[in-house]
Amino acid sequence: MGLLQQLPALQVAVPLIGAPLCALVGRPRLAWMFAVAVAWITFAISIALLEHVLDAGPIHYTMGGWPEILGIAYVIDPLNALVLVLVSGMAAIIMPATRIGIDVEVVHRARHLFHTVALLALAGMLGIAITGDIFNLYVFLEISSLASYALVAMGIDRRATRAAFHYLVQGTIGATFILVGIGLAYMMTGTLNMADMAARLPGVSHTAPIQAALAFILIGTAIKAAIFPAHSWMPNAYTYAPSLVSAFFGATATKIGAYMLLRFVYSVFGADYAFDEMKIGWVLIPLGLAGAVAGSVVAVWQHDLRRMLAYSSVAQVGYIAAAIGFANRDGLIAAIVHVFNHGLMKGALFLVMACVIHRLGKADMESFRGLGRRMPLTMGCFVVAGLSMIGVPATVGFVSKWYLVSSALDAGLWPLALVIVATSLIAIIYIWRVVDVAYFTKPPPGARDEAPAMLLMPAVVLCALCIVLGVSTDLTVGVANTAARLLGGAP
Amino acid sequence: MSEFILVRVVVKIMVPFILLFALYVQMHGDYGPGGGFQAGVVFATGIIVYTIVFGIRRAVEAVPMTAVMAMVCCGLILYAGTGFATMALGGEYLNYSVLDSADPVHGQHTGIIIIELGVGITVAGVLTAVFLVFAERRARR
Amino acid sequence: MNVIDFVMGHALQWGSVALLMIGLYIVMTRGNLIKKVAGLNVFQGAVFLFYISIAHVRDGTAPIVHEDAVLYANPLPHVLILTAIVVAVATTSLALALIVRIRESYGSIEEDEMAKVDMG
Repeated sequence: MGLLQQLPALQVAVPLIGAPLCALVGRPRLAWMFAVAVAWITFAISIALLEHVLDAGPIHYTMGGWPEILGIAYVIDPLNALVLVLVSGMAAIIMPATRIGIDVEVVHRARHLFHTVALLALAGMLGIAITGDIFNLYVFLEISSLASYALVAMGIDRRATRAAFHYLVQGTIGATFILVGIGLAYMMTGTLNMADMAARLPGVSHTAPIQAALAFILIGTAIKAAIFPAHSWMPNAYTYAPSLVSAFFGATATKIGAYMLLRFVYSVFGADYAFDEMKIGWVLIPLGLAGAVAGSVVAVWQHDLRRMLAYSSVAQVGYIAAAIGFANRDGLIAAIVHVFNHGLMKGALFLVMACVIHRLGKADMESFRGLGRRMPLTMGCFVVAGLSMIGVPATVGFVSKWYLVSSALDAGLWPLALVIVATSLIAIIYIWRVVDVAYFTKPPPGARDEAPAMLLMPAVVLCALCIVLGVSTDLTVGVANTAARLLGGAP
Repeated sequence: MSEFILVRVVVKIMVPFILLFALYVQMHGDYGPGGGFQAGVVFATGIIVYTIVFGIRRAVEAVPMTAVMAMVCCGLILYAGTGFATMALGGEYLNYSVLDSADPVHGQHTGIIIIELGVGITVAGVLTAVFLVFAERRARR
Repeated sequence: MNVIDFVMGHALQWGSVALLMIGLYIVMTRGNLIKKVAGLNVFQGAVFLFYISIAHVRDGTAPIVHEDAVLYANPLPHVLILTAIVVAVATTSLALALIVRIRESYGSIEEDEMAKVDMG
């Protein structure tokens, strides 16, 4: 087999073997360089995979040469190829910044293992996205979750350990719910391969275990994706984790949860069964929109900006959940596009927080006073990503909101379209609060003091992407279109 | 617990056998019940019993923390590295058949032994590390 | 099928569901972090039991090749659950490590006392 055929395995295996090597390296500087190299190699692999999938259709890779239904198969279609690009791309963009980023924000004892754990988290997330085996998905889910609890606990504030503990408890409950669901589905179908299971499910779909399996998996993924009201682990975890960790997880962790939901609903249980028979839209739409409203409103009152961003993530995940719940073609596109776009803008916003914390030690309203003059580039990034969060035209946020609103209208639920627009207006309030403080208050004495370029560059790159991909939507919407067609679009 | 002479003598005699039994379980794992995970747990148990009886200081002299961490990493590298080796030989990831081009069954046998060895080393390392880290923290306070 | 058959015929499943709920209840109601971890372990243990129960084959023996045996239990769930047990071990040790650090910085492992410390 040539290198091209081996790419699916390499996508996960490279960061997986990179993690222990990184721990063996020992010297922090070398470990950092190594981790950056691994992240960029994975990114290159994911780009190659995406191109290959778009050209030649889904890729199937069998682990160990076992037949697909017996062994573990990796199946890559446009949907997970896009998620792979998002996850590995965020890692590749954020990883270089960790060299100085972890100096201020990671407890001293844990620094030498930071990159090892980060690579494990990366490998786990890529594994979730790439695998076509339902139990393998659970294993990777736990790998990435355990690594993320550890990363959150590395925060310098003592509340980080408490947040990590709550994250661990709730995350484990979520993953165990998914495990129960997988067990029930396996019990009735006798297979763990997603495609095979999807083929066998219609025969038994009327039975109680399958209905319970869908319910368990729905709740489990809802906890992992932080869909309201199962979001309570997120605000503390993202507030007290090191900001670069928040940037990476804010951009990817909840998106992986949303991806799992899409995958289970469309590729395993089937959209007809999930939406027409089990009516999960009746759960996803109200909860999603309630989350959008609650998250946005609560975000307005936050003093710590990282907590504000976390609550805004609750709102954004709510949009994704509602978009899935609308169960039409535009909704599916909106969900996929927003998974990608929200990753970009939330990553950029958390990176801005990393810059501010690096200079000022904290990121509350007080420290943003006059920051527009003190750190102009950093605040520029905040404004661009913030506009995107609101959904201003020519940013990525607008693209997702457009499809979201049009899918609500397609579903014949125009009042809900109004709710979506209204929550965007609330987003203006919480973004404007910060802009107001940063540009229109008197700065405290002190010269211009921009964040170090190494921290600033990733934020600038992500902001540029927010605009470029907002103007030219070929990549995101194009891929989402193909993915939606392959997944079966509307039920 | 080092003040009880009976415990000390018994443990001193038992530990080598526990470690030996771990190796037996390890090597027996390809055809019978056993394998890397169980062997690793048994091996770690030997070290943990030793630590409980003779104290953390002597245990760390015998198995220093850096060695334990190296075990964790090396086992994982052995496992993942086997996958890379099979890919280099032209098979899928962890397709052991290609390890012996003349006799695929023999290749699979080789592969599973190496993999289980990697699992065993990592599990033994992880469990020992977990115990030692907790114990050291207590000793420091 | 009458009610008694329904209950007795699924005894293992009922047992695991009961444990599942006991575990979840402990996790949600206890303020002591160690008790939360214990509840989490009961919760996960219930799922292990459930997986083992679905592997059961009537009159089947342990899935080890043996000349007298004709019928084996399904070995796949056993293997799956071995993986899940490893995950549970890792989760528990990480949780305990976090508790040690929480105890060191807060001086307590009770939720309400930690909240008091955080309030200042």
